[in-house]
Amino acid sequence: MLAPLSWIREFVDSGLTVAEIAHLLTMAGMEVEGVQIIGLPMPEPGTVDTKVSGLAWDREKIVVAEIYEVMPHPNADRLVLCRLYDGHEEHIVLTGAPNLFEYKGKGPLSEPLKVAYAKEGATLYDGHQPGWVLTTLKKTKIRGVDSDSMVCSEKELGISEEHEGILFLDMDCDPGTPLADVLGDAVFDIKLLPSYARCASMVGLAREIGAMTGNLLKRPAPPIMPPEGKADFAKISINDPQLNPRFVLGLIRDVKIGPSPELIRRRLKMAGIRAINNIVDATNYVMLEIGQPLHAFDYDVLRERAHGGKVHIITRSASKGEVLTTLDGVERKLDETTVLVCDEAGALSIAGVMGGGESEVTDATKSVLLEGAAWNMINIRRTAKAQNLPSEASYRFSRGVHPSMCDKGVSRALELMAEWSGGRVAAGLVDEYPLPPVSPLIEITTHDVKRWLGISIPADEIAALLSRLEFKVELSGDAIRALTPDHRLDIEEGVAGKAELIEEVARVYGYDNIPEARMADLLPPQKSNIELEKDERVRDLLVAAGLQEVINYRWTTPERESRLNPPGAEPDDRPYVKIANPLAYEKTFLRHSVMASVIDTAERNARNRARLALFEIGPVFLHGEEPGLPEEKKHLAIVLAGQREISGWQAADTAAMDFFDLKGVLEELLNGLRLPDVHFEAGRHPAFHPGKCARIMVGGKQVGSFGELHPQVRSRYDWPATFKAPVLAADVDIDALYPLIPALFQTTDTPTFPPVLEDLAIVVDEKAPAAEIAKLIKQTGGKLLTDVRLFDLFRSEQIGAGKKSLAYSLTYQAPDRTLKDEEVKQLRGKIIRRLEQELGAKLRS
Amino acid sequence: MSELDVLKELESMRMAGLEALAKVENEDALQAWRTAFLGRSAPVMQVFQKLGSYAAEERKEIGQAANEVKVALEGAYAERLSELKERATAAALASESLDVTLPGRPVVQGRLHPDTQMLRELFSVFGEMGFQVYRSREVETDEFNFQLLNFPVGHPARDMQDTYFIEAGERGDNPILLRTHTSPGQIHAMQEAAATNPTNPPPVRIVLPGMAYRYEQTDARHETQFDQIEGLAVGPGITFTNLKATLSDLARRLFGENVRTRFRASYFPFTEPSAEFDIECFLCGGKGCPVCGGGWLEIGGCGMVHPNVLRNGGYDPERYSGFAFGLGPQRIAMLRYGINDIRYFWENDLRFLEQF
Ligand SMILES: [Zn+2]
Repeated sequence: MLAPLSWIREFVDSGLTVAEIAHLLTMAGMEVEGVQIIGLPMPEPGTVDTKVSGLAWDREKIVVAEIYEVMPHPNADRLVLCRLYDGHEEHIVLTGAPNLFEYKGKGPLSEPLKVAYAKEGATLYDGHQPGWVLTTLKKTKIRGVDSDSMVCSEKELGISEEHEGILFLDMDCDPGTPLADVLGDAVFDIKLLPSYARCASMVGLAREIGAMTGNLLKRPAPPIMPPEGKADFAKISINDPQLNPRFVLGLIRDVKIGPSPELIRRRLKMAGIRAINNIVDATNYVMLEIGQPLHAFDYDVLRERAHGGKVHIITRSASKGEVLTTLDGVERKLDETTVLVCDEAGALSIAGVMGGGESEVTDATKSVLLEGAAWNMINIRRTAKAQNLPSEASYRFSRGVHPSMCDKGVSRALELMAEWSGGRVAAGLVDEYPLPPVSPLIEITTHDVKRWLGISIPADEIAALLSRLEFKVELSGDAIRALTPDHRLDIEEGVAGKAELIEEVARVYGYDNIPEARMADLLPPQKSNIELEKDERVRDLLVAAGLQEVINYRWTTPERESRLNPPGAEPDDRPYVKIANPLAYEKTFLRHSVMASVIDTAERNARNRARLALFEIGPVFLHGEEPGLPEEKKHLAIVLAGQREISGWQAADTAAMDFFDLKGVLEELLNGLRLPDVHFEAGRHPAFHPGKCARIMVGGKQVGSFGELHPQVRSRYDWPATFKAPVLAADVDIDALYPLIPALFQTTDTPTFPPVLEDLAIVVDEKAPAAEIAKLIKQTGGKLLTDVRLFDLFRSEQIGAGKKSLAYSLTYQAPDRTLKDEEVKQLRGKIIRRLEQELGAKLRS
Repeated sequence: MSELDVLKELESMRMAGLEALAKVENEDALQAWRTAFLGRSAPVMQVFQKLGSYAAEERKEIGQAANEVKVALEGAYAERLSELKERATAAALASESLDVTLPGRPVVQGRLHPDTQMLRELFSVFGEMGFQVYRSREVETDEFNFQLLNFPVGHPARDMQDTYFIEAGERGDNPILLRTHTSPGQIHAMQEAAATNPTNPPPVRIVLPGMAYRYEQTDARHETQFDQIEGLAVGPGITFTNLKATLSDLARRLFGENVRTRFRASYFPFTEPSAEFDIECFLCGGKGCPVCGGGWLEIGGCGMVHPNVLRNGGYDPERYSGFAFGLGPQRIAMLRYGINDIRYFWENDLRFLEQF
């Protein structure tokens, strides 16, 4: 909402500067998002706690001047010369303003025109450039005439976008007066939150400023009075008072449609509303002034529709499929939740949102029927959203306008219309008020305030704070009974109302004045957060293994994820969790696979990095049998691809990472999680190379799988041509893994007796799995064999086709003595015999 | 030879020895010198061997003099030896010196995502204040995301949180949606705690981290998927003064001991009174800059838990009170590290991530 300073000041004398008002409003909950200076001095940097823009007018160089005569230009039809007086001397000023042409060649004017005059050196906005570009007046010649000064348009002064003609001043002021003293202003751009609907007007803002500073609100003078007499120009029927608690009509006849006074037009423009004519401007002006949106109908059109009968306004819900052409020319299909203002001939306007085209006020309008109504805010919000019609009226109605404002709004607008259009206000108002709201009466005590805010405020002070916001208060002991004033709908009954009242006490007291105090309450029962601890452990282990954590969008598309299924593989036909109102197709589906997300991340980064080592822990979203809340399952995905080490100027291992790099990371991870009984089995997975894929088994349960991407899968991603490395990926089901992690783990003592180290090389069948051989060796060696490490694997013609050679380094050690050679020899013999018997292994010499 | 002659000779031996030693430049030459001047056949040693041929008086004086010469030569030898050793070491070191300006060997380094780093810092600060982490689901019902948090159906406050809905069949006023804030967890947590003792529910002090979603166009400042951390403290004596102290303490921990904070009135359906929490801009010291505008940085929203929300969580608002707040870890990181675009976070460009 845009609020000009001069307009607010009409209702409250706060004595505050622009900076102080901006600060006050911001602190009181009406955040000032920006201040636009129009002519007033720029506040010192650092004094305003919001963005400041705009232009200060130089007091010497931009002044009031009077034009005495408008003369034709000797050799340019579209330019005129003005003879004007700036308080010191006369000047001849060149201008092309079309609104001076009517005075051209008329000789000295009977009444001089007051204008804004800028002298050489003045800084203004360039009226001919789009946007707001500053320019400084310099001496130039235009079509042979000296031109170092000018008469200004509103745009040049920064008042509005208006650059069609120059600005005329309609106030009493002498030539030579600094323009800033006459027209200087500032416009506050205020963000109004839903509960501050009462502040969506100048009076509303002034009331808050008054409350915060202890100044009384000046009322619009004279006080708003409804037209006397009994109205007989229309009748009203309200079908559903819940949707339309009140409807007021007033009438003004013999209006002469024309422009509103300059001041009014300027104020509307500063508040961001286009000035149209004296009738429409009056409705908008009153809406901005006191907050009641109004709608003006051409009364004669309604009379015609009533065929000479009495105008009968009916408010009702639209019937299904009903259509109305609104005044923006759009034919709108309505549904049964839309509330309409109708007459007996049909719909006239969408209640609280937009009027219809047929009954709108035109230049030919003679009589105006003025509507001031109250609507259900939830219903208006729905309609404005459904019709995509945000308007100044629906902005206010959808936040709640108190029904008590209806008659005030109509009366005030009739008053202004009479003044501006010369019309005659008809007797009385038609006022249908079936559902007056009950103003909540709330009782709070000093104890409530202390319990909620933590500070002790005496009862009389609480009462005084509330009465500054126009609550009617009554004191009894420590209790304050406060009756909600009839301009606000945000105070509820009961305990909610109590809290709302306490907020008002705190606001007027000043949040700044409430001290800080650390919590004295007992701590709740302390609980471990085992899942979080494990997440963090997994992250730490993987980071220690040299991996980068990533966090991806949860969005995906089935197309992106299905790249992991090579042609011929079974498709993933689990239904996706799907957004009903997506912004884009790419943001429509929630992912099934964290691994797919991380491979996508790798794909994007392959252009910039030769080594990729990434992981993510996060949820996947799976629909259950029933539509409803999906399951959120946590997965870990790891992707490795590219160089093993980062190349520098020294030798580095820049070979591509392979299956065993990823397996090493997984082994470190599972070991770091102290998981017992971990083993890996050859497995199958559609995304992986059939011979380079394994299942991760913990305690006999599969917790994940990993492998090298199937060449047909790899080729479906857009890797740069230079990126030839295999892509390795793992998918771990965190929900399956975590329950297997033991709460504690045991260490072994550091050995004090020397170990015996030995190598053992054997030749076995190609088919014998390495894990089996290691297991046999360990089993046979028993407790004294403390470590078995494979250090060599090779195949050669010499050892024969279908055979492989494995070399192990064995560590024998006893915790309590030095082992004798004889013992080690015996154990070694046992191991060799076992390998020979069970695997047909041969000792390699 | 007379005694005098011998003494003279000894002196010239000393002179000759020292003179020769001064010319020795390496350890081999030094050994040769030692053999020549202190070895068995060295002139000084010869003097010792011939001592027996002198009378007792003379023997004593010559012996003493010879010994002095020997000691002097030995001392000079030791000194020269250590000198030569030092010189050799220095030469060796000089020959091994590196160009220390060459780059180091690249280390393969893992890193946590900046958001995780930020959250860990926040968990730690809040943990010290007694707030434990509570996490809950990202896909929620309208009931938990809105209604129980005092956003009635159709309420204008819902415009503050444009919502992504999930296709889940006709569910009337309780559609499935992507949570617009982590606040549904407040209700889950309170209900769980209240269930343990419905008549006297235990206090609650938690932080709720996680992803939230808003239906809006993205730009450098707005994301449809963003990270949030909320706090909730409920108990018999929680007040607005406690809220102010908690968040000011947090600000001092995150942004420096002297940072100024301010609380200004605001509106959230689930708190009453509500406030926005600002810190004085640490980039410009509060003078106003392009980042802050007017010298203050918005950090988050907060307030006293609305009575309806307390009641919906199982806590009697006449006996319990509480405060809640919400912060954006991404926003805090953006301010602290000069990150210009919020979309960097989930785009995972390694050129961004590797800076943390
Ligand atoms: Zn700043």
